[in-house]
Parts: sequence; C-alpha cells; structure tokens
Amino acid sequence: MSASMRTCPTTGLRVDKTAENFIKIHAVVATVALLIGGVSALLVMLTRWQAIHLLDVVWFYRLLTVHGMNMLIFFIIFFEMAVLYFASAVLLNSRVPAPKVGWVGFALMLVGTLMVEWMMFSGQADVLFTSYVPLRAEPPFYLGVILFAVGTLTVVGHYFGIIVVAKREKTYTGSVPLVTFGATTAAIIAAVTLLHGALVYIPTWLWSMGYMEIDPQFYRLIWWGLGHSSQQINVAAMVSIWYMLAAFTVGGVVLNEKISRVAFVLYIMFISMASAHHLLVDPGMGPAWKIWNTSYFMYMAVFASMIHGFTVPAGIEMGQRLRGVTQGVFGWLRRAPWGDPGFSSLVFSLTIFGFVGGITGVTFGTEQINIIAHNTLRIPGHFHSTVVAGTALAFMGATYYVIPLIFRREVAFFKLAKIQPYLFAFGMLIFSIAMTFAGTFGVPRRHWDITFAGAPFQVEFSPTVDLVIGVMAVGGLIGILGGAIYIVITVVSVFFGKRLPEGESGLGAHGRGLPLGIIAPPRALTPEDDGEDLEKHALGTTPGTMILVIVFLAAFITYYFVNWKLLSIVWKIG
Amino acid sequence: MYHSGLEAPQGIWWKPVHGSEKVWATIAFAWCLVLFAMMPFWHLRGGQNPSGIRHRVDPVAFRTRVTEFIEEYKVGTDNQIPVVEPPPGSHIYLQGAMWSWTPVLRLKQGAEYILHLSSVDVNHGFSLYPLNINFQVVPGYDYGLRITPHEAGEFQIVCNEFCGIGHHLMVGKVVVVPSDDEQAAGTTVDTAAAAVATEGGSR
Ligand code: HEM
Ligand SMILES: [Cu+2]
Ligand SMILES: [Cu+2]
Repeated sequence: MSASMRTCPTTGLRVDKTAENFIKIHAVVATVALLIGGVSALLVMLTRWQAIHLLDVVWFYRLLTVHGMNMLIFFIIFFEMAVLYFASAVLLNSRVPAPKVGWVGFALMLVGTLMVEWMMFSGQADVLFTSYVPLRAEPPFYLGVILFAVGTLTVVGHYFGIIVVAKREKTYTGSVPLVTFGATTAAIIAAVTLLHGALVYIPTWLWSMGYMEIDPQFYRLIWWGLGHSSQQINVAAMVSIWYMLAAFTVGGVVLNEKISRVAFVLYIMFISMASAHHLLVDPGMGPAWKIWNTSYFMYMAVFASMIHGFTVPAGIEMGQRLRGVTQGVFGWLRRAPWGDPGFSSLVFSLTIFGFVGGITGVTFGTEQINIIAHNTLRIPGHFHSTVVAGTALAFMGATYYVIPLIFRREVAFFKLAKIQPYLFAFGMLIFSIAMTFAGTFGVPRRHWDITFAGAPFQVEFSPTVDLVIGVMAVGGLIGILGGAIYIVITVVSVFFGKRLPEGESGLGAHGRGLPLGIIAPPRALTPEDDGEDLEKHALGTTPGTMILVIVFLAAFITYYFVNWKLLSIVWKIG
Repeated sequence: MYHSGLEAPQGIWWKPVHGSEKVWATIAFAWCLVLFAMMPFWHLRGGQNPSGIRHRVDPVAFRTRVTEFIEEYKVGTDNQIPVVEPPPGSHIYLQGAMWSWTPVLRLKQGAEYILHLSSVDVNHGFSLYPLNINFQVVPGYDYGLRITPHEAGEFQIVCNEFCGIGHHLMVGKVVVVPSDDEQAAGTTVDTAAAAVATEGGSR
C-alpha cells in the first residue's frame, strides 16, 4: 500500500489522500455557494412575500440571479465533483492518477465562479440564470460560465481517468459497484451537457461583444439542452446517493443489478431531448417535435425514475428484513433509524422527489398541460421539490457520512443534525406545495410585484393567493432555517470538529457525534445469529414497498387527470 | 446472497428480474405509454393545443403589421393604449415590447380569431389572467394561435417572462363582449356555454 493511502477503519476501504483533498476542497466551495444562495433565497423570499416586499426591484432580480446561479450551478456542481471523487477513488480503492489535471479543473471552476459572482454583484449581469438573449450581460459573465464549464469538463475527464486506472490496476474485482455505475452515468451526462454549454455560451459570449447574431429561439433550444440535461446529472447523482445512504444506514441491498443499471442507462440515452419540456409553448417548434422530445422518447426517463423509486425503498425494506426487522408489512419502516440524519434525509429526499417533484414535473411537462403551467409559480414549485428537497437534501444526508469518513471528524451539534433533515424537508415540502398551488391561480414566477402597482391595468389576485403565498413564505423560512443549521454543522465539524483517531476500528465507544450507520454499521443476520432460516426473513419479496408504490401511482394518476380537467375548461386555443 | 450498492458485484449480474420488481416495471411502463398517448389524443379530441401557425418574422415587419392592424380597427384608447375591435374570424395582432402589450383587444364572445403573438425586443410571456393561459413570446417568431373566448368579461395579460426592470409593469388587456344572440336572449340564458363560462370563471 502506498504511503498516501490510509485504510478506513469503518468501511475497510483504502482511501487515497489526494482523493480526500479533492473531496474536501470541492465540498467546501459547494458549501460557500450554498451560503450565498441561501442568503439570497431569504431576501428573495421576503420580497415575494408581498406583505413584506423587502428588496427594491433592481436587487430583487439581481439576487434572484445570484440565487439561481449559486444554488443550481455552483453548489450543486461543486458538490457533484466531490461525489465523483468519492465514487471513483474511494469506492474503487484507487489512486488518483493525475492530480494536476484535477487541480487545473478545480482552479478553472473557481475562477469562472468568481468572475460570475463579480459580474452579478456589480450589477453587470441582471439576466437571471437563464440569460435568454437578447437580454444582455457584460462579456465576462459569459466567459466566467465558459471557464466554469471547461473546468467541470476537466474534472469529469479526470474522473474517467481514475476509473480507467482502477480497472487497469485491478483495485477491485468484478464489476464496478452500482453507486459508481450511477455516478458514471452522471459523469457521462455531464460531458454531453457541457458540450451543449459550449455550443451556447461561446456564441453568446461573442454575441455580447458584438461579433455575431444569435436567434433567441435557437438560444432557448440549446440553452435548455444544457439547463435541463444538467438536472439529469442531478437526478443520477441523487439516485446514486440514495443507494449509498441505504447501504450505510440500514444495509440496503441491490435487489437486481440488471434492472437498476438499465434504469441508469436510460437516463443517458435520451438526454438531449430534455430541452423540449421548456419549449412546449414556444413558437419555434411544432407538435410532433414537442411530443416526441418532451416525453424523452415515450417517457423512458420517467420509466427509469419510477424503477429507482421502487428499487431503492425495496432495497431498504429487504436490507431491514435481512437484519431481522421483519414485523408485519411496515415494521421495516417503523423500526428504522429515524434518528440517523443520513436515513431521514434519504427517505424524505426520495418521497418528496417522487410524490411532489416527479408527479408535478411529468404533468407540467405534458405538451398541452404546459399551457396552464408555463412560467407560473407552478414551475419553481416543481423544481424546489426535485432539486432542493430531492437532490440538495440527499447531498446533506451524504454529508453526515462524509464528515466522519473523509474529514475524519465528529459531526458537531449532533442533536441538531438529527432534526436538520426534518426541518429542511418539512419546510421545503410546504414551500413547494404552496408555490405550486399559487401558480394554479396564474401567479407568475420571477416577478417583483404581483400587485402590479403602476401598471396600466389592474390585476387583483384572489385573497386565497395572499394566504397561499404566506404559507409558502413560512415553509421557505423553515427550509432556510434547516439549511442554515446544515451550514453551521458542516463548517464547525470540518474546521473545529473533534478528530477521530486514525486506525481505530469500532467507533462505538466514540460518543454521540456520529450517525448510527458509522457507530454500528448495519449487518445482515447470519444463520448463526438466531436459529432461523434467513430466506424466511427475506421471503424474497418486499410487500411494504409494493403498497407504497401503488399509493404513489394512484396519486400520480389523480393529479395528472385533474390537470387535464383544469385545462379542458379554459378557452379553446390552438 | 445480497450485496449493497457500494460493493462490486462478482461474476455475472445480468440475472432475471424477480417478482415484485417485474410487476412494478410492467405497471410503470404501461403508465408511461398512457402518458405518451394522451398528447396525440388531445390533438384529436381536445380543445387546447399549443400548435399554432408559426413562422419567423422580422421584428420591424411585425411592428409595422401591428400598426396597420391598429389603424384599421381602432375604436378608442384605454390608458393611452389603442383599443381595437377586429371582426370575428380575423387575424389579430398583439405586440410585446418593453414594457407594454399593444393594443387592447375587444373580442366577441364565442367567435374564433387567430391571435398573432410576437415581441419586438426581448422574450416576453403572454399570461392571460384569470384564465391562466400561458405562451412564450419570442422575438423573431410569429405565434399564430386560434382562440375562441367563450366567456365575456375583462381579462388582463400579465408578462410572465423576465424582460428587465419594468417587467412587473407590463400588463395588457383583453375585453370580451357578450355575443349578440346572448344579448338578445337577455340574462336568462341558457345552456352549456354559460355553464362552462361560470365554471371557468370560478376557478
Ligand atoms: C432553502 C430554501 C430555499 C428557498 C426558501 C428558496 C426560495 C426561492 C424563491 C422565493 C425563488 C423565486 C421564485 C420566483 O420568483 O420565480 C427561488 C428561485 C429559484 N431557486 Fe430557490 N430557494 C431555496 C433553495 C434552493 C436550492 C437549494 C436551489 C438549487 C439547488 C434553488 C434553486 C432555485 C432556482 C434555480 C430558482 C429559479 C431562479 C430563476 O427563476 O431565475 N433554490 N427560490
Ligand atoms: Cu415582458
Ligand atoms: Cu416580462
């Protein structure tokens, strides 16, 4: 074993120090971006809450741009780069072959980020994160985005390098673990996505300096090839983390490698079509193109998510049953480690992503139903339950394991850490449902003043809207509190947390600052543990999960057809 | 016999899918086909589709067309914005510009029009309040939508695509006047149309 490796006492994995440093640095920058995004979320939220209406019009759109960029781009992608290093070097026991490449990638990402932040805060890029041409930002904004994308692409290339080296040096036997497989699909999607990014941002940069023309519809088409495909990166990364957290917290298993892997591959296959559901009520394309593309070739990506939505909870259920938690249909859920923030994050992420984000997303992404959803608050309502309550929450849950495993520290304020996922999930659940509901009244997204003071004609939303926006604000504030607690815990743990002793196995004695899955890693029963037959515990079936997914399907069908009904009563149009 | 997603599977993992997973995958697949089929179905049977008559248009040419349209059918002004009353069945034009919708449209209940939407500067969003009908308005593209206002009243057009600092000021207006037969029949009417109108209006 080379000197730069240590063996993780908890998991027995060999961990390369360089990989560890990469994970740390990306995670730290991600947290800073989350902080900036979080503060702007608070201010934007308090402005949309018409009763307070905090910011003036300039700073509202400026900070909305800051919020979108920092959250959706910088926080998420820096964190994903950390996930890639974990899924490759750590899970495959591999060394990091060309650290310089990794550092160059990181540096480019950082410089790009700083350029964009500078442009946004100095008021030279009040264009929101979509920057639809011909709204124009100053050229360094686009250049910053390009540098960030090139940096990301470099890190993704580095990731593939690590995988190749691990394979060549036979650091593992058999096939790569499912979590690595999932992360690899995320990396492949990232590569495709970033090519769209180059295709759109380089011309836009040239346009901003007056060297060429850009068609606004073409921009929207290619931009969303970047913008939505990158959401598919988030989904693939999030699902990988679900499998990981299930394994860490309750010994969740993979019921069938084939079906889970095929589902990941489906995410890659139709990825460039993802642009379409943002353009359903655009003038540039016709119905055949819209139907074919918005459905990603007949909803195969939705199909994939519905599969993971089954196999992850089923893996948890089976893992629990194998550990002897076999009581009844739902005993595995009742007697789960709800005080382990990794587990509660996993469950809330999965549930809110599926029940709220997934159902609303597919419904609004239906060609015709989009007429009653496009650019209303229904849209941010939808994606705060996918990328926030889903992806961001999954990342938070993973952090509680990364802190001890990679940073070798105790989790600070562990009692708070236990309730953090509850606060964040509950807050964002209320926030996104209320937001979606407000959108059904036609309340626009990205809007400074829905009293329209000073406009030539009066628009008066019903009092219900005020109420719903108030509920949304309260949910948002609870969510922000959860997010703030997360940041405090992470920063204090990473910089001041109690160090875990090197090389010590069995952290059971180590006090309370660790999630249960680390203190007492879940272990399936063996026939020696009790006399009973293992197969009988497991039964080979997962009845609890089956009931849950049927409930999910019923909710899905109901919401979907209610929306067709709502559509059918508006004016005839076409 | 089982392993977690963190462990490398050994040997061949391409194995048949077991019981409940197979059942769920089949159900999910069938549901995806329903989701897909609904869209073409609505083109055949439904009344609301974003198809439209679409072509490119030079923003300057569109502005000229709107001006001609206003000159032809102008009946007054409302807050300095021209009001037009085009005949049923005609092509009507609505221009989005930073930060106003021009002109104000007076339409007949129950009549069909072809509404042409375009922008002369940046992207705007056509959002008809309180119906919650939304379309993207893209400069350089003419989006011609057949519409049939089936209820009378005043409606506002909110801009719901960020278009700069005056975005929230960009409110336009559509007035739908009751159709002649309905006026003739007085208020005691009637039938399905009125029922649909109140249902729609009460949302
Ligand atoms: C922690 C609590 C959060 C709150 C209270 C919050 C609140 C908000 C609000 C009020 C808006 C403005 C909606 C509008 O006017 O159109 C918004 C937009 C947005 N949020 Fe959040 N947010 C939170 C976290 C996040 C996170 C973690 C992400 C991404 C990972 C995110 C991504 C976005 C994006 C992409 C937009 C759209 C910006 C745009 O339309 O240009 N938010 N958020
Ligand atoms: Cu506008
Ligand atoms: Cu606008």
